Amino acid sequence: MIEIENVKKGFGQLEVLKGMSLTIPKGQATGIVGPNGAGKTTLIKTILGLVKADSGLIKVNGQPLDKDGKYRKNIGYMPQVARYPENMKVYELFDFIKGLRDQDPVYEEELIEQFTLRPELEKSLRNLSGGNRQKVGATLAMMFNPDILFFDEPTAGLDPRSSHKFKKRVENEKENDKTVIITSHIMSELEQLVDHVVFILDGNIRYYGSMENLLNESNETRLEAAIASMMDDEPKEVAA
Amino acid sequence: MSLLMHIIQNEWKSLLRGKWVIGYGLIFLVLTDTLLRFGGGGAETLLSLSNVMLLFVPLVGMIYGILYIYQSREFVELLLTQPINRRVLYWGLFLGISTPLMAAFILGSMLPLGWHGILMIDGMASAMVLGLGGILTLIFASLGFVFGLMFYEDKIKGFGFTIVIWLFLAILYDGLVLMLVFLFGDYPLENFVIAVSMLNPIDLARIMVMLEFDVSALMGYTGAVFNRFFGTALGITTASVMLLIWLAVPSWIGLNVFKKKDF
Repeated sequence: MIEIENVKKGFGQLEVLKGMSLTIPKGQATGIVGPNGAGKTTLIKTILGLVKADSGLIKVNGQPLDKDGKYRKNIGYMPQVARYPENMKVYELFDFIKGLRDQDPVYEEELIEQFTLRPELEKSLRNLSGGNRQKVGATLAMMFNPDILFFDEPTAGLDPRSSHKFKKRVENEKENDKTVIITSHIMSELEQLVDHVVFILDGNIRYYGSMENLLNESNETRLEAAIASMMDDEPKEVAA
Repeated sequence: MSLLMHIIQNEWKSLLRGKWVIGYGLIFLVLTDTLLRFGGGGAETLLSLSNVMLLFVPLVGMIYGILYIYQSREFVELLLTQPINRRVLYWGLFLGISTPLMAAFILGSMLPLGWHGILMIDGMASAMVLGLGGILTLIFASLGFVFGLMFYEDKIKGFGFTIVIWLFLAILYDGLVLMLVFLFGDYPLENFVIAVSMLNPIDLARIMVMLEFDVSALMGYTGAVFNRFFGTALGITTASVMLLIWLAVPSWIGLNVFKKKDF
């Protein structure tokens, strides 16, 4: 579970998060959407501790963010751009992260099988295709069985088969009561993966609720159309 | 502690696989060996070696430090999302990349000095040249980290700054001091010159080499003043303390920038 209370963050003159409050309970898959530059990435980075909030409070599983990053033991993160040291081999990267987290992997073998990474293990990361690097990222995020999972544009580089497997995997994680948070610009992907949506615009949360609700409210059948219509509404709201 | 070692070891493995750090060591090996074969005696060779060292070790250290920050951006960000403390990560990465560079210089230069017997004859002087090269590697790799973190988004600026700083400290500095001394030759300038040479780690290293070899006239103006003012023992001690401060300050700044930074 993630609790965010009135979090503000600015970079110089630019105010990116303007006092955001949000509670994401466990067992919920949440999609974070919004136009480019709305503050999605900053929000996620703030929760992960990559970016330090100017004010406000963030708690992960009831624990405020600590300097030692112990709370991150419960978090798995799959970055959008998967670039690793070029001459490191895949299994070496896995071993390194295992040592770093000081945790025993729970699903390592299972994920390697699922994403057919076995033949890649001995290869240098430099020689891996973009899609396979994404799979390495997904494996790293999930292999320690963390309570909270962040996926940043997860299936952008995956082939249909891997993408399908990935989505099934996320389904399972959700059923196992995990908190799953996904950012994506591919609305059809979010439709399949998430049940709640956070829509961020200009550093504020414009909508937070179930996907069903959103579709009903906007009289649309597809998420893409519902989000687009919310973006179109915005100038009027600001004026009023 | 074990976590720190884990990070350091991983960087070591990465660097060794990259092989170029071995090439860097080989360059010093070939250079020192050639100097010893064609350059005559031990002290002269050590002086030539230290001239090369004073010029290139800072450049390579600083470029390597900044390059690491730029090249490993996504990887460092991934590591920051793991349950570790930023301080440990910083030291792990810094020591992980700077110590092999230091070792490559020291081993590469030491082996020929060993098989030509110079280590036995001029032990103290050899140790000093090798040690200074090692410390300069650490200082400048650390400065590279600082500039990389400070100009995180703007690589061109970061590299530009690095090159300019190197040019200034390694090449222009002594000349500028000499020019000032010429311009204000009528005033007592000893204290000023000593203060100024403390502000440049390359100058400090140069002074120490010079004091050790007692060749003040050969190696720049600031050294000559330093020598006259302090004499050998006190001069070397003062310069060593200043170098250690030079080692501590950029590391401390780098660590603090790293700890506060938004990635």
